[in-house]
Amino acid sequence: MATEHQLEGNGVSHDDHDHDHDHHQSFVSKYIFSTDHKTIAKQFLITGIFWAIIGGAMSIIFRLQLGFPNSNVGWLKPLLGQWITEEGKIDPEFYLALVTMHGTIMVFFVLTAGLSGTFSNFLIPLQVGARDMASGFMNMLSYWFFFLSSVIMMSSLFIQTGPASGSWVVYPPLSALPQAMKGSELGMTLWLVSMAIFIVSSLLGGINYITTVINLRTKGMTFSKLPLTIWAFFLTAVIGLLSFPVLFSAALLLVFDRSFGTSFYLSDIYIGGEALPNTGGSALLFQHLFWFLGHPEVYIVLLPALGITSEIIATNSRKPIFGYRAMVGSLFGISILSFVVWAHHMFVTGMNPFLGSIFMFLTLIIAVPSAVKVFNYITTLWKGNIVFTPGMLFSIGLVSLFISGGVTGIYLGNSAIDIQLHDTYFVVAHFHLVMGSASFFGMVAGVYHWFPKMFGRMMDEKLGYVHFWFTFVGVYLVFFPMHYIGIAGFPRRYYSFTNFDAFQSFTDLNMFVSVAAIITFGAQFIFLFNFFYSMFKGRRATLNPWKSNTLEWTTPINPGHGNWPGEIPAVYRWPYDYSKPGAEDDFIPQHIPFSATPESNLPHENELIAEEKEEEGIVVDETKES
Amino acid sequence: MLQFVLIAGVVLIVIVLGFLFRINTLVTVVKGAEKHPETKSNKINGLLMFLFMVASLILLCWYSYARFDDYTMPVASEHGVVTDNLFWVTTAVTGFVFILTNILLFYFSFKYQYKENERAKFYPENNKLEIIWTVIPAIVLTVLVFTGWKAWTDITDAAPEDAEVIEIMGQQFAWSVRYPGKDGKLGKVDYRRIDATNNFGMDLSDRNAFDDFMAPRLYVPKGRPVELKIRARDVLHSVYAPHFRLKMDAVPGMPTRFWFTPTKTTEEMRQETNNPEFNYEIACAEICGRGHFSMRLLLVVEEPEVYDKWYAEQQSWLSQNPDYLSQIPVELEELAQISVENTKGNKETENKLN
Ligand code: HEM
Ligand SMILES: [Cu+2]
Ligand SMILES: [Cu+2]
Repeated sequence: MATEHQLEGNGVSHDDHDHDHDHHQSFVSKYIFSTDHKTIAKQFLITGIFWAIIGGAMSIIFRLQLGFPNSNVGWLKPLLGQWITEEGKIDPEFYLALVTMHGTIMVFFVLTAGLSGTFSNFLIPLQVGARDMASGFMNMLSYWFFFLSSVIMMSSLFIQTGPASGSWVVYPPLSALPQAMKGSELGMTLWLVSMAIFIVSSLLGGINYITTVINLRTKGMTFSKLPLTIWAFFLTAVIGLLSFPVLFSAALLLVFDRSFGTSFYLSDIYIGGEALPNTGGSALLFQHLFWFLGHPEVYIVLLPALGITSEIIATNSRKPIFGYRAMVGSLFGISILSFVVWAHHMFVTGMNPFLGSIFMFLTLIIAVPSAVKVFNYITTLWKGNIVFTPGMLFSIGLVSLFISGGVTGIYLGNSAIDIQLHDTYFVVAHFHLVMGSASFFGMVAGVYHWFPKMFGRMMDEKLGYVHFWFTFVGVYLVFFPMHYIGIAGFPRRYYSFTNFDAFQSFTDLNMFVSVAAIITFGAQFIFLFNFFYSMFKGRRATLNPWKSNTLEWTTPINPGHGNWPGEIPAVYRWPYDYSKPGAEDDFIPQHIPFSATPESNLPHENELIAEEKEEEGIVVDETKES
Repeated sequence: MLQFVLIAGVVLIVIVLGFLFRINTLVTVVKGAEKHPETKSNKINGLLMFLFMVASLILLCWYSYARFDDYTMPVASEHGVVTDNLFWVTTAVTGFVFILTNILLFYFSFKYQYKENERAKFYPENNKLEIIWTVIPAIVLTVLVFTGWKAWTDITDAAPEDAEVIEIMGQQFAWSVRYPGKDGKLGKVDYRRIDATNNFGMDLSDRNAFDDFMAPRLYVPKGRPVELKIRARDVLHSVYAPHFRLKMDAVPGMPTRFWFTPTKTTEEMRQETNNPEFNYEIACAEICGRGHFSMRLLLVVEEPEVYDKWYAEQQSWLSQNPDYLSQIPVELEELAQISVENTKGNKETENKLN
């Protein structure tokens, strides 16, 4: 089914046509309303970076509050206006608004749109060998819906009553009742509208990724030859397609409760001196719907990063990824299981304890495929010949963060232990390591690794090293101490701990964390500088700077519209033939047929040579190698 | 002034770094030529991997040991001892895996860094290994789950018959406590009846409500099971008593519960912690708005005898708010009168205990 489409796309005339087309494109259709997946990917990337700066800056402001609760931050008044009180303190409600926006921005705008949007768009056509996405137009829409959603979320920061403040999980009734807090007024409405549009964007993107992977693979690119990046993006898109609509319905019902007087989530409420008429709603319903997306969402954020890492670690260890099939299998396992563990976020919400038991079992099962992936990464490094490119450093960093954050999942997945740890800083430590930092590392690794393909130039390596070590040490110093603070019982989303005798310790550690956060955030400007500087002034890239096997490196240094000027290369082998015994170089790209590498073929690969020739319609050479 | 100096300092550093960078770039451009990967940088990065591992292991062990008393909170409930044990067993198991895998990761990175005349081992798979490291974690996790499951079912099981029943209700931004009075039964509530005085919305057509009384703190007896009936009246809250390893959301429209057995009185804990000021506290663990961080309630554990005496002396809410007698249906009026008379004798108020 794929071939038919392919033949059409490979037609020489088509390519010629594409070629002059390029020159006639106006600025607008080339850079703004572009349907080229590479441009759209860059749009997602730049927007994602923009949001990451905003989200990061927010975290610095609330870390100031947590680390230095007594300091005077009046100097922020020109920037934040009424959100700084007369005494030069951050307003407690603004603190919550910051936490909420930070979470929403980081999870959805940076690590979902910024990560999947960038790399699924950029790499899927290039690595499966397609001229573009299945529907360039839908792809363009996907970006512009994301843009619109960004504009709305951004505008909510500037309104009088402030942005949504009920935390990124927006549990009703808090989020449903404008009486309950200022952030639940207009800010919450904008949050819901923005997220609804965001979901549309995700779905448009996801459908495209899935269709492209299924239908537009080049000749010979069977599923068993797909790079792990593509497997990860593909499964991520499937997870998103199945779970985002559930968030959409959750949001829709919340809109009804807020604006049309329905009682889906509301019941028996007395607030602001008045008993509300709503009865029969269930606050838990929202939580189930939210986490039905929310848990898969954490994997939507993580899997692309794992895919990117698999590719980078194999390339730079100069070794095949260990256990390709086990890696794909565990991706499948994680994807399926991610749909049946959501209620581990709800052990102590009053949900029936029997459900808690069931979800405890299911949750701990998901730790198994996660562990398998870690063991496979480590074995890939074993006896490798490791080149520490910045991308590789960040990938190794990701594995470490994934381990460190993963093990705490085993505490939290145990409902009996979770009673104490739920909604403490222990959870904050857990998910910032395993999801936040790990995915962020994957994203940055991807940028360093594919920058030459995106912009035709290299990023500066030395700056990359400095950036890595600051960031790696930094995130550990920021998030590891939070385990101690969490075990000591400190609840999350607290403006200050001064009200409780039980939470008086660790002022020193909180201060330390804040300082580490500021330094780590500061170090990101090294990356920003490197990124923009190299885009224009970086060393020119060579065709295949990392000596990698995947198809994107067979395109010209600056691939035009349609990616390959001539025919799309066919694929003959898996993407991980690194350091194959007998081969001259330590890598054999996917488009090299077995017939060209008799010296390194394994016995079963020699048998494939005949097939290769048949398919190409070339007369089979009689001289057989053994 | 200080700020100005700081800003100037930062600007200066940035400028210097910028120059250094520019010079470095120019030098590499002049040197030109493809670099082969066995560079000084590669060695430094490899070494740093190793150093990072050693340094962070030392830091981890030192800090965990030195600050042990700060991050472990004394435990004061029966089930808390069980869950704390689970916590430490999990720490032992996962800690081992955590340290082992991280060591391998960094050590391999260091050991197998690029060498010009070496080649990586072509080692694409080994099914036996995959099976081993699928099955072993699966078994270990199963064991952990079963122990956790046992504890969880015990904790969430129905409270013993003789448990003290106490209601705790969250609202923005305070906790309120209601005791069932002498009949041991909490009266019905209806949120539509809430007003400034009738904080709980007690429904006075239910005779069980007549002797209910409120307290400004949560008093509980040591050694007896206590069942908290948990409610919220506006938004979600969460009852969180860290010393008792107790947490349960308070949900408007859906009463929840949690039972536990306190094992140490406040006084005993003051001695244990060497802190005469010590108090058990309840905090809110579910974001509920502006004052979320300040929803503090004192929890007081007393010897059972002291508790019983205090309990018997409490005046019912109704007797303190005779205005509400008018809400009582005619057929129950007499009963209410008797109930009010009964508690009139107890003039002492709640604050007698602390
Ligand atoms: C080893 C497997 C894992 C297990 C058993 C696990 C378990 C859990 C549990 C039980 C919670 C709820 C804790 C609570 O709120 O009390 C939780 C929270 C969380 N986990 Fe994991 N987790 C695992 C891996 C991951 C991964 C891989 C990610 C992300 C990629 C992740 C992201 C999160 C997030 C974002 C939260 C917090 C959500 C919130 O409350 O705001 N977890 N995890
Ligand atoms: Cu989850
Ligand atoms: Cu609260």
